Amino acid sequence: MNRPSFRSPLGRAIGLGSAKSGWQHWLVQRVTAVALVPLTLWFVASMIAHTGSDYPVFVAWLRTPFAAGGMILLLIALFHHTALGLQVVIEDYVHSGARFAVVIAIQLCCYGLAVVGIIATLRIAFGGE
Amino acid sequence: MDIKTIAPATKALRPRPLSPNIQIYRPQLTSVLSIANRITGVVLSVGAVGLVIWLSAAAAGPEPYAMVQRLIGSWIGRIVMLGFTFAFFLHLCGGIRHLVWDTVHGFELRSIYISGWSVVAASVLLTVAAWAAGLSIGGWL
Repeated sequence: MNRPSFRSPLGRAIGLGSAKSGWQHWLVQRVTAVALVPLTLWFVASMIAHTGSDYPVFVAWLRTPFAAGGMILLLIALFHHTALGLQVVIEDYVHSGARFAVVIAIQLCCYGLAVVGIIATLRIAFGGE
Repeated sequence: MDIKTIAPATKALRPRPLSPNIQIYRPQLTSVLSIANRITGVVLSVGAVGLVIWLSAAAAGPEPYAMVQRLIGSWIGRIVMLGFTFAFFLHLCGGIRHLVWDTVHGFELRSIYISGWSVVAASVLLTVAAWAAGLSIGGWL
């Protein structure tokens, strides 16, 4: 049973399944996580700083290139991370044939919401008045 | 009694043993934080939708923005925001713990419990600090 194998690690791994796309999902989840650490902390700090401030003050803040750029980067990283994370949750708990459809729907919603958020940010950043 | 005499009888009476699962396993810090990271992730997804609604309201003009701000400023809104704040810090600290694990560090049982309780303590402290700062800047404290 426990005899030492003369087969190489590669030889034993071959044929066990794909190792092509799964790792990229894993890596992008980490990359977006690392990006979200400073971005979300900046966002929370900005929200704290703007507690109770009125509309003109808030808009003036979001019109600065730094804040608008930060918000757009936050939306991209946030919804990419969300899409990947929710995909894992669905794959773990939805076992029916609906799994694939639910994953696609969630991902489309995430990217759609990211675009809506980015357009809203750009409208504020480049809006008139 | 000899095990060989019991075995056939018990085999007939009891179903096959199952591996420990979430319904029969005593909750531990490790398992609770693991599922908490997932739950907070799902909760924060809802928060992300709220962020887009909030930005869209701000882009639509002062009135829609004021309406959303009133909603956030209400008591229910504030409780929800407090929940989001705690979920955010728990997911952030838990996520950093996972990133450290990804570098193949901190897997000893002792380290896992130290990092686990640090995540809980840091999340509570950061939530309290964030709200104390927000309330004092907003003039409510």
